[in-house]
Amino acid sequence: MGFSKDHLLARLQELQIDYSKYEHPPVLTVEEQAKYVSSSEGALSKNLFLKDKKNRYYIVSAMTDTKVDMKVLSQRLGLGKGGIRMAPEEALSELLQVSLGCVTPFAVVNESARDVSLLLDQKFKNQALCIFHPLSNDVSVSLNTLGLDKFLQSIGRDSVYIDLEANPVVGRDQPPDLAVYVPSNSVVVPEFPTKTASIQTASKNVSAEKTKPVASAKPSKLAGNVKSAVEDSALLVFKNPEKFVEEILDKTTALLLSEGKGENVTALAETFRKRLTSEFTHLAVMYKNTAYSQGFYAGTQSQPKRP
Amino acid sequence: MIDKTEIERIKQVIVEKLSSIHTLKRVQKINQLVDEIAGQEERETESLSSEEQVVTPWVVSGKIDHDKVIEKFGCKRIDESLIDRVERLTSRRAHVFLRRGFFYAHRDLDKILDCYESGKKFYLYTGRGPSSESLHLGHLIPFLFTKYLQEAFKVPVVIQITDDEKKIWKKLEKEETKRLGRENVKDIIACGFDASNTFIFSSYATVGGKFYENVVEIADCITVNKANSTFGFTGEVSTAKMIFPSLQAAPSFSSSFPHKLFPDEKKNIPCLIPCAIDQDPYFRLTRDVAPRLDFIKPALIESKFFPALRGNNGKMSASDANSAIYINDSAADIKKKINSAVTGGRDNLEDQKKYGANLKEDIPFQYLSFFLEDDAELEHIKKEYGEGRMTTGDVKKRLVQVVTEIVERHRMARAAVTDEMVDAFMTPRPLFE
Repeated sequence: MGFSKDHLLARLQELQIDYSKYEHPPVLTVEEQAKYVSSSEGALSKNLFLKDKKNRYYIVSAMTDTKVDMKVLSQRLGLGKGGIRMAPEEALSELLQVSLGCVTPFAVVNESARDVSLLLDQKFKNQALCIFHPLSNDVSVSLNTLGLDKFLQSIGRDSVYIDLEANPVVGRDQPPDLAVYVPSNSVVVPEFPTKTASIQTASKNVSAEKTKPVASAKPSKLAGNVKSAVEDSALLVFKNPEKFVEEILDKTTALLLSEGKGENVTALAETFRKRLTSEFTHLAVMYKNTAYSQGFYAGTQSQPKRP
Repeated sequence: MIDKTEIERIKQVIVEKLSSIHTLKRVQKINQLVDEIAGQEERETESLSSEEQVVTPWVVSGKIDHDKVIEKFGCKRIDESLIDRVERLTSRRAHVFLRRGFFYAHRDLDKILDCYESGKKFYLYTGRGPSSESLHLGHLIPFLFTKYLQEAFKVPVVIQITDDEKKIWKKLEKEETKRLGRENVKDIIACGFDASNTFIFSSYATVGGKFYENVVEIADCITVNKANSTFGFTGEVSTAKMIFPSLQAAPSFSSSFPHKLFPDEKKNIPCLIPCAIDQDPYFRLTRDVAPRLDFIKPALIESKFFPALRGNNGKMSASDANSAIYINDSAADIKKKINSAVTGGRDNLEDQKKYGANLKEDIPFQYLSFFLEDDAELEHIKKEYGEGRMTTGDVKKRLVQVVTEIVERHRMARAAVTDEMVDAFMTPRPLFE
């Protein structure tokens, strides 16, 4: 079995690394964590566990307000534009030996994670203290980056800090700047679900990261120069029936609240029909197209293999 | 002086009468001779009328008089009765662009409606030359309209991405035009096309097989002289430019597409092409060629030019950022651009109250007439603004709201377009109802 949190904390003490410990109910998201650990204690982190097409894994640990553009990251790692995605839940337990909501830089202490590349936000260095889970999501630990570095060194790792918001040009004459951090070994995790890249389960049970639930959709697949927040929520609306219905009800209730003062019901119904028909049809078309594309992709992947 | 449509008709009659007797070569010779005669006539006509306006598929400039364009090109105006018929057949209100006369000209639209009424299928064909990554509202218009036609008539759509054309004309690298093509496809999909019934294809990727067979047939019917006189080519032009019109023409014929695309492809399926009126020359040529190859002439439904914010002269231009509203503009940008638009408002408030605004020159009002769905509200604004009770500021404010809504909706849809979706749309596969 992997390291336990107590084991880890004991190790930190052995190494004489200063840290502060905060216990709280288990939290799955940064927002929840923020309720129990205030920012005066340190900078909260969001932690993403990612995988590329060649079964290589990465932990990206960043400040919560750092924008992580998966597409850019993928390119900087030399994986092309859509090369990186959230790792599945199985990988979380197999490689990092932690459960949902526990991704943390500390997870690399496990032998099973020796081939996982750890990328840290360079903005952490400007913080007095940073907050991570010590392998369990019912505890948070705040420590200085120097302490983190010391810990990583003790297990034979170099700390890698990168500017996650940089967007350098990657081309023939400008090689991907992060390619050197791609692990040399790939890892096969048993019991994978069907490897259909576009089946991004919009449900919150995708491999644990401390990002807000909305961001658990796949930003790397998206195009356009739109801010990531809009991108993520847009994708979800068209893939997830619940989110779709939520969007429809949001718009309907908003219209009701703005128009519904004192109008008689029939007139209101007419207004609704007039104002909402084309909008909802638009939404429905995108929903249909998303479903069609997923089916199409699944179809192309299910060709019988040549003998 | 014989006008162009007469000439076409004469040619067709001769061709029909003689094609059973003479070989194809002689038919072509006859065409050539008639062209030359026509060419002479045409040159005389051109020098007499001192037209400032220039309308070709690649250049549009001068103060455009849309009525004169119809006359010059020889297409028909869409009248109220035709619009009513469309509404009746589709059991829904005609699209804003049709109601307000933005799509205003046609060729054989009535024949398409006849076809539809008798239960036969037709398909829609439109396209885009991917010369830039960022699209503006003017670019979206034909797609929004085509999407409405798809929804209303429940027919398949094919969309040609002419990545080759932009390489030829704009001297872009082919990798770049291919990339731009894919990016543009995402915006096109975001307009709301139905994946199960839409095929988007890149010129580069598709030429081959049946498509190429038709390109050759078509190109063989177009003499160099004809191409030169239709498109204004000279001897200096590269031969790539000469081939291209046949490439744009081929998708007008259903036999150009792979077997599986249309469900019942034994027969020729008629085609309706929504486009801006500057594309008329291409398709005029295509229509000439069609009967010689035993194909159905494609029908056209044509729009005016979307006026630039700077005024009625010419199209929106990529080089002047304030001439157009781009899809990626922020709400603040949109507000700024609309506020800087050319208006027909008077110089001061008294004059405005006295004379009202000049609605013909007023760009914000024109834009509202395209994008504001509510007929009653538009009428109201027309009256109040035209008679001076409303100010330009009010009109601009309303336009900002309307446009921002459209742009944001588009952006949201665009954000949901994945690479898989692009691949799905761009793969030849059966199109169903």
